[in-house]
Amino acid sequence: MKDLLNGTRYGADLHSNFLGIESPNPFWLASAPPTDKEVNVRRAYEAGWGGVVWKTLGEAGPPVVNVSGPRYGAIFGADRRLLGLNNIELITDRPLEVNLEEIARVKRDYPDRALIVSLMVPCEEEPWRKILKEVELTGADGVELNFGCPHGMAERGMGAAVGQVPEYIEMVTGWVKKHSNLPCIVKLTPNISNILMPAQAAMRGGADAVSLINTINSITSVNLDAMSPEPMIDGMGTHGGYCGPAVKPIAMNMVAEIARSQDTKGLPISAIGGVTTWRDAAEFMALGAGNVQVCTAAMTYGFKVVQEMISGLSQWMDEKGYESTSDFIGLAAPKVTDWQHLNLDFVTKAEINQDDCISCGRCFAACEDTSHQAIEMSEDRVFTVKDDECVACNLCVNVCPVEGCITMRQLGVDEIDERTGMKVPADKRTWLEHPNNPSADPNTCIIRGQ
Amino acid sequence: MTNSQSTPGIVPNRLSGDAYGDNFSDLHPPLNDHEALVAADRCYFCHDAPCMEACPTTIDIPLFIRQIATGTPEAAAKTILNQNILGGMCARVCPTETLCEEVCVRETAEGKPVVIGELQRYATDKAMGAHPFTRAASTGKSVAVVGAGPAGLSAAHRLAMHGHDVVIYDARPKAGGLNEFGIASYKSTNDFAAREVEWLLSIGGITVKLGQALGNGLTLDKLSADHDAVFLGMGLAGVNALGVEGDDKDGVLDAVDFISDLRQASDLSTLPVGRHVVVIGGGMTAVDAAVQAKLLGAEDVALVYRRGRDRMGASKFEQDLAASKGVRIITHASPKAVHGNGAVREVEFAYTADGADGLAETGEVFRLPADQVFKAIGQTLGDGQGLELEGRKISISMTGRTSRAGVWAGGDCASGGDDLTVTAVAEGRDAAEDIHATLMGEG
Repeated sequence: MKDLLNGTRYGADLHSNFLGIESPNPFWLASAPPTDKEVNVRRAYEAGWGGVVWKTLGEAGPPVVNVSGPRYGAIFGADRRLLGLNNIELITDRPLEVNLEEIARVKRDYPDRALIVSLMVPCEEEPWRKILKEVELTGADGVELNFGCPHGMAERGMGAAVGQVPEYIEMVTGWVKKHSNLPCIVKLTPNISNILMPAQAAMRGGADAVSLINTINSITSVNLDAMSPEPMIDGMGTHGGYCGPAVKPIAMNMVAEIARSQDTKGLPISAIGGVTTWRDAAEFMALGAGNVQVCTAAMTYGFKVVQEMISGLSQWMDEKGYESTSDFIGLAAPKVTDWQHLNLDFVTKAEINQDDCISCGRCFAACEDTSHQAIEMSEDRVFTVKDDECVACNLCVNVCPVEGCITMRQLGVDEIDERTGMKVPADKRTWLEHPNNPSADPNTCIIRGQ
Repeated sequence: MTNSQSTPGIVPNRLSGDAYGDNFSDLHPPLNDHEALVAADRCYFCHDAPCMEACPTTIDIPLFIRQIATGTPEAAAKTILNQNILGGMCARVCPTETLCEEVCVRETAEGKPVVIGELQRYATDKAMGAHPFTRAASTGKSVAVVGAGPAGLSAAHRLAMHGHDVVIYDARPKAGGLNEFGIASYKSTNDFAAREVEWLLSIGGITVKLGQALGNGLTLDKLSADHDAVFLGMGLAGVNALGVEGDDKDGVLDAVDFISDLRQASDLSTLPVGRHVVVIGGGMTAVDAAVQAKLLGAEDVALVYRRGRDRMGASKFEQDLAASKGVRIITHASPKAVHGNGAVREVEFAYTADGADGLAETGEVFRLPADQVFKAIGQTLGDGQGLELEGRKISISMTGRTSRAGVWAGGDCASGGDDLTVTAVAEGRDAAEDIHATLMGEG
């Protein structure tokens, strides 16, 4: 166990340094129910988590009140595998002083683990100054500003109510940097039109990093007997914050946008959104995240799930020859581009491996009914691709239940695309050079003889 | 009186009380809701699904499984029953391992098909309350159905649904045919066959007259004169004889009678069974008899078949089931004589081999001790009612028409198809549709 946690069982070093905050691995538990109590945070560290963002603290006073009915709703995949979870829980409902005492004790006992404190107080300078001083006394490694909580607190002018107004983000971040030297991570809400706006505001305010995404406004289900959204509280429901594997694609796009935008490039990112396996973490980090935060996977499978993340990431790094996480962080970010820069002369064709094919015919149904009628079905259920119809849309690959059975073969230079009758050229042509583009550079077309 | 497995002769009560209940409980206990959802999730909803093609009644299997997966098993049941009104019994007795499940793409992918039969049972069990179909307005036409087995019941239901009045005649004292009398008890527990018949008849418009058969109070001429159409689904009444010396000795019985007695017994401990039982044959009837003889407490049961295992009518699953229950399967052995003084004591077999001229005896013989012998070497039509035959069965067209106008036939008594419950249901249904079209002037 010790070996596993220290990463010495594998060659790769999972050690993470995020904003100068050290942790033995890049897997942090996000600010959420799993990090609400000393007892759980200790157990999380024992299970192997590299860091913890303590569940959001509010200002002193009467504790926050939660609903006492169901707080979570979910959607499921096959075999009732949880794909998406939403919640209507608020920030910690335990007294501030209890949380602060526990944070201090835990940090003292686990000096090698990251401990960040999530904060949300009213949008005034004094409450922020006050709570920062209290947090500093705990020895915590940094603070995360909860500008994302989409329900309840937002109705009181906090959480997403701040995160949706870039000026407020900048102002509050400025106060935090003014009153504390602790590293400051601004947690962004995805419930906005352009993630770059709040990210830029956080930068202007002096944020050391952003973390994203917070949960997405959502209704997971409707009770068709009671005619009410779920989770249902006494016959009524409200939107909750959506998270889990289902939100990962949305989160990855937002992380990539910040990582590649000229204005925000280089801003450290702690990625959040459906991280469930080592691969999810590797993907976020390849897009530019310095580490990842996890919640739903732990809430679904327990703290132990981090052990697969550790061993998996380590094995993959060994296989790829990466010695530390910094070797691969951000490597995929430059490959994220706009559609107009994609090579329109790149041609692939679907290929069905007949040895792997189980003849379910889903590729045929998908292609025939909803795509390009490019798959042929024989009397004896052999499925083959019609190269002269295939536009390489990839739908057959996506609906095939056998991984790797249908693949995309890239046509080589000078090979004829049977669909268009055109030869694949040696150079590449994007929309910017394409003859069908009225604003394309005519020189490119002339050079290519078009 | 308490007997044991080693008590000589043919005696009842070989087992302790609880053992009968355990031995004859459901072979496949019903899926609970959770199990059904997990099993349904495995279906890939194939295009033009192979399972559907393999089903003699062409049930839309991907659709009904998706309906289970989405929490509407009653709709799933209707999808099944639309095509196969005896979908409940077929879910229990179909050799799915040689039909739908054999061609399931997950059999190809993982060697484990979606458990279609068990899912079908799950869905149809949910529909055994209120009858899901209603009759069309009366047509004023009347159809006679001979035989209240799967073919006759299927035809009768479809005809009644179309608004015709149906009279079913059956020789036995109870309706159901082989569902009631000819299937191993552990495949149809809790009187399911009778309950299913009652449920099927609740559509209305069907009168059942029991104890009446062709040649026993009925003639085809009279039925044709009294009704607008006749459907024959009386199955196979005759049983092939062994045709060897001594085959009339006491203790030499027809397997179908043993199976029937077993199904009708209210207390299995009262049923006598031999200490040494020999079953001759290689089909489902042979397996059903052999397994049940073992489950009743016979000390040893041998199932003897004249060809190899691959030629047995019983599926691999059935053969393995028999073996797992302790039945010894002996292949390539043909009966030569039954020995004994009044009652059977031994059966003599000759080893056989497949040669250029077909099956031939090798010259070597052996004897098996036996105090009870069950013959399961096929059944025969008996009186063909003057209809044209094909092989030894009534010749029918694709839609069940016989050589006589106004007379249709289906099920085991008719040519074509495997002698399976599900095939009989399909033939009864299709003949009913053709009868309906004919009677309504569309045929």
